[in-house]
Amino acid sequence: MAEPFTTLRSRAVRLAAGNIDTDQIVPARFMRTPRSEGYGNFLFHDLRFDAEGKPIVDFPLNGADAPDAHILIAGKNFGCGSSREAAVYALFDFGIRCVIAPSFSDNFKANCAKNGLLPVSLPEAELDRLLEDGVVSDLIEVDLRRQTVKRNGREAGFVIDAFAKESLLTGLDEIDMTLRHHSEIARFQEQHFARYPWLDIKLQAPTNSSF
Amino acid sequence: MTEPRTLFAKLWDAHVVCEAADGRALLFIDRHLIHDGSFHSFNRLREKGLPVANPGLCLATPDHYAPTTSRSADTVDDPAIRRVLNEFDINVNEFAVPVLALADPRQGIVHVIGPEQGFTLPGTTLVCGDSHTSTHGALGALAFGIGASEVAHVLATQCTWQKRPQTMCIRIDGLLPPGVYAKDLALTIIATIGTAGAVGCVVEYSGSTVSALSIEERCTLCNMTIEAGARAGLIAPDETTFAYLRNKPLAPKQELWHRAVEYWRTLKTDDDAHFDRTVSVQANSLQPMVTWGTSPEQAIPLSGRVPHPGEATSDEEANGMLHAMQYMGLVAGQPIATVDIDQVFIGSCANSRLEDLRVAAEVIQGIGGKVKLPTLVSPGSTQVKLKAEAEGIADIFIAAGVQWHESGCSMCVGMNGDRMGPGKRCISTSNRNFAGRQGRDSRTHLVSPATAAATAMLGHLAAPPAAKGAG
Repeated sequence: MAEPFTTLRSRAVRLAAGNIDTDQIVPARFMRTPRSEGYGNFLFHDLRFDAEGKPIVDFPLNGADAPDAHILIAGKNFGCGSSREAAVYALFDFGIRCVIAPSFSDNFKANCAKNGLLPVSLPEAELDRLLEDGVVSDLIEVDLRRQTVKRNGREAGFVIDAFAKESLLTGLDEIDMTLRHHSEIARFQEQHFARYPWLDIKLQAPTNSSF
Repeated sequence: MTEPRTLFAKLWDAHVVCEAADGRALLFIDRHLIHDGSFHSFNRLREKGLPVANPGLCLATPDHYAPTTSRSADTVDDPAIRRVLNEFDINVNEFAVPVLALADPRQGIVHVIGPEQGFTLPGTTLVCGDSHTSTHGALGALAFGIGASEVAHVLATQCTWQKRPQTMCIRIDGLLPPGVYAKDLALTIIATIGTAGAVGCVVEYSGSTVSALSIEERCTLCNMTIEAGARAGLIAPDETTFAYLRNKPLAPKQELWHRAVEYWRTLKTDDDAHFDRTVSVQANSLQPMVTWGTSPEQAIPLSGRVPHPGEATSDEEANGMLHAMQYMGLVAGQPIATVDIDQVFIGSCANSRLEDLRVAAEVIQGIGGKVKLPTLVSPGSTQVKLKAEAEGIADIFIAAGVQWHESGCSMCVGMNGDRMGPGKRCISTSNRNFAGRQGRDSRTHLVSPATAAATAMLGHLAAPPAAKGAG
C-alpha cells in the first residue's frame, strides 16, 4: 500500500535538462540495496556528489532549500531508459512527492502511481507561464483531486489517467483489486489454453530435468 | 466483414480478460521472464503472503549480477553482489519458480534465452522487469518491460492492467549495404524519430528489409525500439520465425506444432488496417552508425562529425548537446572517428547472439593479428558460448587476444562489477550510452558488432572493412 496523495504545498527544485534517464536518477550500482535501507542518498548520485563523495555545490538538489522541496521540475521525456522502479524509490525516499515535466517515459509514469509519486505533465508553454516570474522559493500547490498546479496566483490544469489518479488518492493496492477478478482470470486461462494448447507449458521447478 | 486489424490489435484482443470503466484492459500474460534484479518483487509477495499464481509460465535466470569470470556466486568478491545472487536462488526456490541457474548450460541474458529456448513464441504476451523486453517482439510476441511492483502483480495474478497503446508502423525497404547491420538501422531510426519518438506506441516493423532480416537481427531491432521510447516493438512471424523456432526445447512439438503454425500464419496486419503513425525508411543509403553523445538519439554515421549545438531545434536540445559533448570529451565539428578509444565491449541483449559473434569473428579474422585495444566479449547465453566454442569462433577471439568471458549483462550496465574507469571511452555493442552507464564518468559509443570488432583490431573507431569507404 502506497502513501495516499491528495494535495501538496511545497518549494520545487528544477532540473532544466530534457531526456533525463533513469541511469542518472539512480545509477545501476546502487540497485542491489534493500529498499528498507532507503534510496534517498542515491538520487542523482553522480550528479550530486563528486568522485570523493563531496556534494557538487551548483547541483540544484544540493541547494540549501532542497531538503524542503517535495516537487521536482524537469525537462521533457523525464525517466526515459531503464524501467527500474528504483528511480521512483530514490525520488520518493529523498522526499519528492511530485515531478512536473512536459512529458514522461511510459515506464516511469507507470511506476510512479504504484509508489505514491505524482507525475504531472504540463505542456512546456504552461510550465514556462507558471514559472515565469516570482522567486525560486515561491511555493507550488498541487491538488490532485482538482488536477491543478498553482503558483503565485497562476493556475494550470493537468490531465491524468483516472486509474492513476484513484491509485494515488487512495494508495490502493492493485494486487488486492485484481485478485477480486480471480474467477474471471481462471475462466479466461482455461478458454485461452483450450484454444492455444501449446501455451500451457507447465514448467517445473527446478528446470534441470523438465526440458 | 470485420474491421481490418493490426498485428498488435490481434495480439491485444486475444489477451483481454476484462476491461475497466476507464478503458484499461486486464491482459493475461502467457510468459514471464524473471532475472536476478527481482528481489523487490518477491519481497512484495512475501509481505502480502501471496504465492506465485502460475509458476509454470515463468522462467528465471541470473543475468544482471552474473559474474562473467566464473559460474559460482561464491567467487564474487563484492558481498552486496553475492547477496543479490544468493537471494535470487532463495526466492526462486521458495516460490517454486522454474530457474536456469548460473551454472546451468542454458543460463543467459533473459532476452537471449527466451527465443533460444522457444519460451518466447509468436502470439504470446510476454513481460519481464526489464525495459529491453521489447526484444521478444522479434518473434511476433507482444512483449514489454514492467517495473518491480508490476512484476509482483504479474507473479500474483498472471495479469497486468494496461492502457491500450497507440500504433506506429515503421516500414523499411531496400537492401542493407555491406557493413551495415540491424544495429545501424536501429540507431538511424532513433536518430530520426528521437528517444521520445515512439512514446505511448507499439511499433510494428515491416517492409522488404525486415522480411530479409534473420531472427537475431530482428531481436536487435526490437531490442533498440525501447530507446525510441516505445512500449514494444513487433514483427509479424513468418517462415524465418517458424524455421527458427522449430525444435527449440520449449516450442510446441508434432501435432501441436502444426496447429500453432497454422494460427501464427494469421498473425499479421490486415491490408488497410489503421496505424496512428507511419514512418518510412530506405535501407539502401544507410551507413555504419555510432553514437557521439549520452542519448541513443545522438547517433551519426561513422564518417560524420560531432554536430554543432546551433543545429539544435530548441534551447533545451542545444543545452543537452553541450552537456553531452562536455561529458564525452568532444568538441563540435570534430570527426567522430578521431576519438581515442580505451576499450571495446561486445555483448548485451542488443548484440550478443551467435550471429553477432560470427560477424565480429569474421572481421577479426579478415583484418588479422591481435587486438590493439582491450576487448571483452560476453556471449548472450551459455548456449551461445558453447556453440561459439564448438564452431571455432571462440578460438578466433582468443587467438586475437580478446577476453572471452561467460554470459551475462556484463559491461552493458556494470551491475556485476564489469565496469569502466572514470573518463575511459568504450566502443560498445550494447544499447545505452547514458552518462555513467558503464561506470561512473565512463564514456560509451554504441555501434554494431562488426564496427566494434574493426575498432578493436585497428585501434581506432573504424567501419567494418566491407563497408563503403572503410579503411
